[in-house]
Amino acid sequence: MVRTYALLMWTWTRAAAAYPASFALMTVLGVFVAAMDVGVILIIFANTTTLGGFSRDEVLFLYGTSAVAFTICDTFVSNIDRVSEHIKAGTLDTFLIRPVSAWIQLATDRFVANRLGRVLQAGAVLGYAVVALSLDWGRAWMIPVMVITGIVIFAALWTIAGAAQFVLTDAPEVVNTFTYGSSTLTQYPLSIYARDLVSGVTYVLPLAFVNWQPGLYVLGRDDPFGTPGFMRFLGPAAALVLALVAALAWRQGIRHYRSTGS
Amino acid sequence: MIELDRAGRSFKVRRNVVHAVRDLSFRVAPGEFVGYLGPNGAGKSTTIKMLCGILTPTTGSVRVAGLDPSRRRTTLARRIGVVFGQRTTLWWDLPLKDSFELIRHLYRVERADFATRLAELTETLDLGEFLRTPVRQLSLGQRMRGDLAAALLHAPDVLVLDEPTIGLDVVSKAGIRDFLQRLNTERGTTVLLTTHDLGDIERLCRRVMLIDHGQLAFDGTLDDLMATAPGQSSIEEVVTRLYTGT
Ligand SMILES: Nc1ncnc2c1ncn2[C@@H]1O[C@H](COP(=O)(O)OP(=O)(O)OP(=O)(O)O)[C@@H](O)[C@H]1O
Ligand SMILES: [Mg+2]
Repeated sequence: MVRTYALLMWTWTRAAAAYPASFALMTVLGVFVAAMDVGVILIIFANTTTLGGFSRDEVLFLYGTSAVAFTICDTFVSNIDRVSEHIKAGTLDTFLIRPVSAWIQLATDRFVANRLGRVLQAGAVLGYAVVALSLDWGRAWMIPVMVITGIVIFAALWTIAGAAQFVLTDAPEVVNTFTYGSSTLTQYPLSIYARDLVSGVTYVLPLAFVNWQPGLYVLGRDDPFGTPGFMRFLGPAAALVLALVAALAWRQGIRHYRSTGS
Repeated sequence: MIELDRAGRSFKVRRNVVHAVRDLSFRVAPGEFVGYLGPNGAGKSTTIKMLCGILTPTTGSVRVAGLDPSRRRTTLARRIGVVFGQRTTLWWDLPLKDSFELIRHLYRVERADFATRLAELTETLDLGEFLRTPVRQLSLGQRMRGDLAAALLHAPDVLVLDEPTIGLDVVSKAGIRDFLQRLNTERGTTVLLTTHDLGDIERLCRRVMLIDHGQLAFDGTLDDLMATAPGQSSIEEVVTRLYTGT
């Protein structure tokens, strides 16, 4: 599977290499847009010392972990959300006659590496936060775990959004706001949001496990909403459950595909 | 090789239900060359999409090479070749050669087998001139030959074609017909061919199936088909009578 993915990615990268100027422009633009997210955080902290009870560097840590996971998915998986275009054009047919899962073919379709710039930017912010916070190394092992958990959760969300487009073919924006919305939501400490919303993203859509719950553990903080300590470690389990739901949704989506008349 | 047992496929269109295919049963044995005819909207393309697993049947069962296409789609893909005349299955932005190379990887075709097959296909389908051209720049006839080659690089046991000669000039058409004929007789590949060009049928198909409103209206040899309308000498007239039900 990884081999097939890499192969398709490479093929598209080579095809895109025919337009190096557009590649460079998109990369620079991507980094610039992403830098604005960090800009917003820095502006907030120009006027205050804490946000939802967290210091600037702690907020940058939460932002960084979420952003690394999100930008990796945005680069490697997000194409899934263009499935409605393929459904409308009937081009999904061609993915379905190949001996490789349609999911991989869609994820890599017209892959361009220009979003990788944002992964680097997010990684730089995370690196800065980790150094600035001089984190307890006994707890830092959680950082790679939470990044992987985050990747699985975002990839699952994208897959669910893609699966939903088999039904909501005419309204892809509706489901797409939900993937990008999830990223924005997890860029800040959840303590700035209302309790009901936080319960929702803990027990229903497990966004709290991307960076909030495990992040509290790494930062050595108690949950202002008072959830028990063991929940800091539930991230991988939550991600797995969501991934399973996503896989089932995707299968159902494909089974409901109706092609176009021809 | 192909087995349909009361297979049906319907589509919900707003409040209505369109039965594109209903209660369709037939078998195609290995090595057969079958023409699949029917008026516009009869359900031919829908049938073909069920055969390769693109569409899941709403009723009945479909088997191809012993597999249920909709459940074992990716496994079946290695044993079936599909060509849609109206739409390329190649990668629009890639040169033909790269598309073929990608297919070699996706289908895990041995490098040596691939090289011989590609050389053979390049020769018989005359692809040499445009192997390095991106697919979007190919003419219809060139693209169709490219699509045919792509569908055969993994040496499938069964080939299904949905209007592969649509829009081709007489010379290209003859070339493709010759090619299909040889594929069937020399390699024993099972072929199911949908077309509105009755010349294709006359020239190639020993057996003809005709569907109308999603149901099988005729199944037999070409001679049987002609015999349904005694006194008619051309296949056009015979088929017209069957389509219009007179
Ligand atoms: N995706 C779809 N959604 C709704 N209805 C569809 C869909 N695909 C096919 N149909 C309907 O199913 C019927 C059969 O269509 P199909 O494409 O199988 O016909 P066909 O025999 O291939 O016709 P043609 O010779 O014109 O290609 C038509 O009435 C068509 O409107
Ligand atoms: Mg058709």
